[in-house]
Amino acid sequence: MARSRLSRLRPALGVLPFGVYLLVFLVVPTVTVVIGAFAEQGRPSLTNLAGLGEGSVLTALANSVAVSAITAVIGGVVGALAAYAVVTGAPDGALRRLVTSICGVLAQFGGVTLAFAFIATLGISGVVSAWLDAHLGTSLTSSVWLFGLKGLVLVYAYFQIPLMVIVFLPALDGIRVQWREAASSLGASTWQYWRHVALPLLAPAFLGSLLLLFANSFAAYATAAALVSQGSPILPLWIRSALTSEVVLGRQNFAYALALEMIVVVALVMTGYSLLVRRTARWVR
Amino acid sequence: MRRTMITKRVRSRITTTVALTAGLVLLGAGCAPPAPSSSASGSAASGAATWTSASGAGGMDALVAAAKQEGTLNVIALPPDWANYGQVISAFTAKYGIKVASAQPDAASQDEINAADQQKGTTRAPDVFDLGQAVALANLAKFAPYQVSTWSTIPDQLKDPNGTWVNDYGGYMSIGFNTAKVPAPTGVKDLLKPEYKGKVALNGDPTQAGAAFNGVMMTSLANGGSADDIQPGVDFFSSLKKAGNFLPTDPTSATIESGQTPLVIDWDYLNAAESAKISTWKVIVPSDALVGGYYFQAVSKDAPHPAAARLWEEFLYSDSGQNLFLGGGARPVRADAMKQAGTIDQAAFGKLPPVSGTPTILTTEQTTKAAGVLSKEWSKATS
Repeated sequence: MARSRLSRLRPALGVLPFGVYLLVFLVVPTVTVVIGAFAEQGRPSLTNLAGLGEGSVLTALANSVAVSAITAVIGGVVGALAAYAVVTGAPDGALRRLVTSICGVLAQFGGVTLAFAFIATLGISGVVSAWLDAHLGTSLTSSVWLFGLKGLVLVYAYFQIPLMVIVFLPALDGIRVQWREAASSLGASTWQYWRHVALPLLAPAFLGSLLLLFANSFAAYATAAALVSQGSPILPLWIRSALTSEVVLGRQNFAYALALEMIVVVALVMTGYSLLVRRTARWVR
Repeated sequence: MRRTMITKRVRSRITTTVALTAGLVLLGAGCAPPAPSSSASGSAASGAATWTSASGAGGMDALVAAAKQEGTLNVIALPPDWANYGQVISAFTAKYGIKVASAQPDAASQDEINAADQQKGTTRAPDVFDLGQAVALANLAKFAPYQVSTWSTIPDQLKDPNGTWVNDYGGYMSIGFNTAKVPAPTGVKDLLKPEYKGKVALNGDPTQAGAAFNGVMMTSLANGGSADDIQPGVDFFSSLKKAGNFLPTDPTSATIESGQTPLVIDWDYLNAAESAKISTWKVIVPSDALVGGYYFQAVSKDAPHPAAARLWEEFLYSDSGQNLFLGGGARPVRADAMKQAGTIDQAAFGKLPPVSGTPTILTTEQTTKAAGVLSKEWSKATS
């Protein structure tokens, strides 16, 4: 009896490191954030949650969601088309190898380096800005658009598109040529094939990738921090402000409340995603 | 003290389904303070932590000896190009042979306090602080009172009577500009002119950085505001933003030298430090909007090197320490006494931007009130 229980437990041992990892890096921080959000000066309090209703914080929430959603859609659509273009080529061809390795690098090329790259090319004294101003009569060298939300959308798209290519390629690989042939031999047009076969099959993967991109840009911090230094237009920058301000003091717990708000948003999007996938995937089973 | 970008990369790495969990982890991990490590330093037991002046040690020589025995001094948030701290540190090491461990030179005032809390009891904890007014006055309980030997020559309004804190250096809000890139402004209101499109930068976000906060106060004074009313300054920046003149880049030496920030609102000693590197960088202190401010120096109550911390204070407030601040363009707190005694570095003093009028220096209440207005209005004004 004891022996059989032991043997049943043995596979669980393999998962143990992952469990510990989850506990230390997910459960503990999340609990810390939740407790911190409901406390002030060591006492239970709703002050910090009430602070989330302030006008500028609500604007930051709206901006964060908008920037993440827009860059997820841009990255998702452009990245999916690019991935499809790659898939139609030879599976071991040079193009595919080149694109996947480049995307692997670019998808991780974020943070301060990326912000600097854009400042150096499209900023006030950027190389491209100066050239365009001199040759096309634009006024980029005196324009500050890069340092606001528009700039964030452009810069985030830079790492969102390659990320989409990477995560979406396996899904496209799963579409077999035989299905297309089968559809054709049954008299389906190209449109009908896409509408009734390929797109429904790809939809869950596509939505999942969109969600990934959304979360990726929703939690992005360093790129925005290096680019935008005024007004904390998005939530991660508000958290920085609450933690490090030397002007408005004692708002550490407000940072917890902001972090909690971000967790809730991601949780809502995740729930929406799983509901959607359950519906779209029903017929596949 | 200076708020600059936090370069830690927090964008999440992605591995398919783990991404969201990773996102949550990052959100949380960014806020969880690291656990303090154990092992207290031995030197705190020497009694140096209770010395309130050099006589507590038994005279300067005994203080120097005790500090040399500790061998190290931990400082934090002292940028080398800020008030000449680079040279101050090397001069201190050269004079006493004490190693200075300078942590996070670009950190903000609040980071100094956070570090003291998190590293309390370790040998890495900061020994001394150099803080903005708001942070300093909110953390008096963390300071150990100490009176330097030049105590009597420091003006009364610029020190705590017990020596819990002492102002070290200060300056006035100024406009620095590169004459090669922009015309010289004659006052604050000039900045709205089309010549300054995309050119006006502020050193930090005023809801976070003391320098930027005082910068907004300066524009408020120039537009009919007062120490009790910062709103006209917020409105002014809102107009700057609408005109496309406000450049939301955080200015640093690098952005100034590369020409990305051709006009910067900042403390005069920080702007003046740039003049030393770029000949076309000029600094004006607007006479209709004179805002003054001093930084606060204090010894940490939990200093792992209490004697070295006290010796550092003695050094900062000695004639040579004060002249080093002056060499960086900052106005040392003992400037008046040193002028009378003839010990001030006249050449460096002559280089400070000319100032006329009575400076406005905010009280704690005025700072709190203005900060409250900014935290509600600033995001709106700049987006």
